[in-house]
Amino acid sequence: MTTRIACFGGIYSNYLGLAAALRDARRRGVDAIYCLGDLGAFGPHPDRVFPLLADHGVECLQGNYDDSVGNGLDDCQCGYTDPRDNHFARISYEYTLNNTSNENRRRLRTLPKQIRMELGPLRVCLCHGSPRKVNEFLWESTTPTHFLDHLLDDVSADVVLATHTGIRWQRELKSGRRFVNVGVLGRPENDGRTNVWYTLIEHSPAAGLTVEFVPIEYDFGRLAREMKAEGLPPEFQQTIESGWWTTCLEILPSKERRRGKY
Amino acid sequence: MNSSAAPMVRLSHLDQLWFQVAGTLCNLTCHHCFISCSPKNDSFGYLPFDTVRRCLAESVALGVKEYYFTGGEPFLHREMTPILVETLRFGPATVLTNGTIFKDEWLDALASAETESLYSLEFRVSIDGFSPETNDPIRGAGTFERAMRGVQQLVRHGFLPIITAARTWPDEQEPEVVTKFSEALRAIGCDRPRLKILPALRIGAEERRTRGYDESERVDLEMMEGYDASQLICEHSRIVTDRGVWVCPILVESPDARLGEKLTDALVPYPIKHGACFTCYQYGAICANPSSGGGG
Repeated sequence: MTTRIACFGGIYSNYLGLAAALRDARRRGVDAIYCLGDLGAFGPHPDRVFPLLADHGVECLQGNYDDSVGNGLDDCQCGYTDPRDNHFARISYEYTLNNTSNENRRRLRTLPKQIRMELGPLRVCLCHGSPRKVNEFLWESTTPTHFLDHLLDDVSADVVLATHTGIRWQRELKSGRRFVNVGVLGRPENDGRTNVWYTLIEHSPAAGLTVEFVPIEYDFGRLAREMKAEGLPPEFQQTIESGWWTTCLEILPSKERRRGKY
Repeated sequence: MNSSAAPMVRLSHLDQLWFQVAGTLCNLTCHHCFISCSPKNDSFGYLPFDTVRRCLAESVALGVKEYYFTGGEPFLHREMTPILVETLRFGPATVLTNGTIFKDEWLDALASAETESLYSLEFRVSIDGFSPETNDPIRGAGTFERAMRGVQQLVRHGFLPIITAARTWPDEQEPEVVTKFSEALRAIGCDRPRLKILPALRIGAEERRTRGYDESERVDLEMMEGYDASQLICEHSRIVTDRGVWVCPILVESPDARLGEKLTDALVPYPIKHGACFTCYQYGAICANPSSGGGG
């Protein structure tokens, strides 16, 4: 029976962060590892995450970026309206699209949009944005508890795991149910720290459901150097090296935006 | 108008619950207002706090995601501050304001309420040009300076207002307009400018300022094929007024857009037959905050 899993989302081509997270998860002896989508974007050499995911048997979902790259769509479907955010989103998307092999694009096309599994007695729904929409943002400060209850009722789940926003959080709901945004491996959390995050989720008869957010240190300096060598914008490297978001700021609600520097 | 040919849009889920909290009463008389608000237009009145309370209670079972307050000018409502404080117990609140009549004591109370709440309070301040010369011909003499003072007040209280501007300039000027807006905001100490550009809606006062929609500017059944209906406000929103519940915040002056007396009466499909529906279809998600994502 599966009782302990590792989950992460938004690798955003950070194969160094991914390798470090996979080592950590294996060391802790998890039963399964899940990636909730957005394998590429933002970082260098998007093809490098694929062999790592395959070697570790990671089950992956299709995020909005994966759908776009896999199917060669016009944009990443992040839904930016701010001209500056759109400018950087275009650079990121064109680089990722042009540097993802045809074979890997085929893989992205075939990924499922949702996974259902059981963790002990709990029914778990794994998704990218929300169970109902791949690119819906579920931020801590804009997601009411009664709305989460509605989402869980709708998919008949005890636990929903999602990502997409780039910032981890969780909330306990009535009857011991839980929503967890598992965070991302692709870039730090806009808190001035350079580490990234993945999430361990465990069920035991004694403790019930436990959720642990795990910080992952990795060679961010090397990632930034490789981003520079690939001609990616200095603003992206600055985020990796400083831990502060410099782009995609438009989508942050005010509470999350205030915690950042820009 | 051939309503039988208009596509019916089903409410997939009530994500956004709007309140026409100040009715059509506003301290300004903007020439582009899509619902002709003014100090004298009382065709919609102030929404009683009890009605807001009742709807907030109902919204829990309906699983509402976000709460929006508009008018008119919401801060003309004597109980606007307690209404927002109460709403922050339920979920995230956004108030659409012209920013000209804030009192520091209200903003003190709201800053405290937001700090204590799990949820964000967003101020969307309407300013339609980056200078008195570009804003005041639309919103009235002196309104640029007054609204910018309001933005400063919000920033002093720790808020990060979203400046909302209706597009009244040619498309090709947009990059320059956006840059100048950012510069103007930074110059008054708003160092993290947030800007939301809305398309002009050619109804209400704007119909008289420019032109209305012609009969060809309608959404038809063919246009809906393959279209993501969640981009339409009526697919995920309703608005409560003192005269009942309307389909969306844009159509409150259209009698056919009144769907019922109570929120639970108003969860029915709606035929999108108006010219403004065409603008909503073209631009998508025009009323929501950018943090919602994915249209809805």
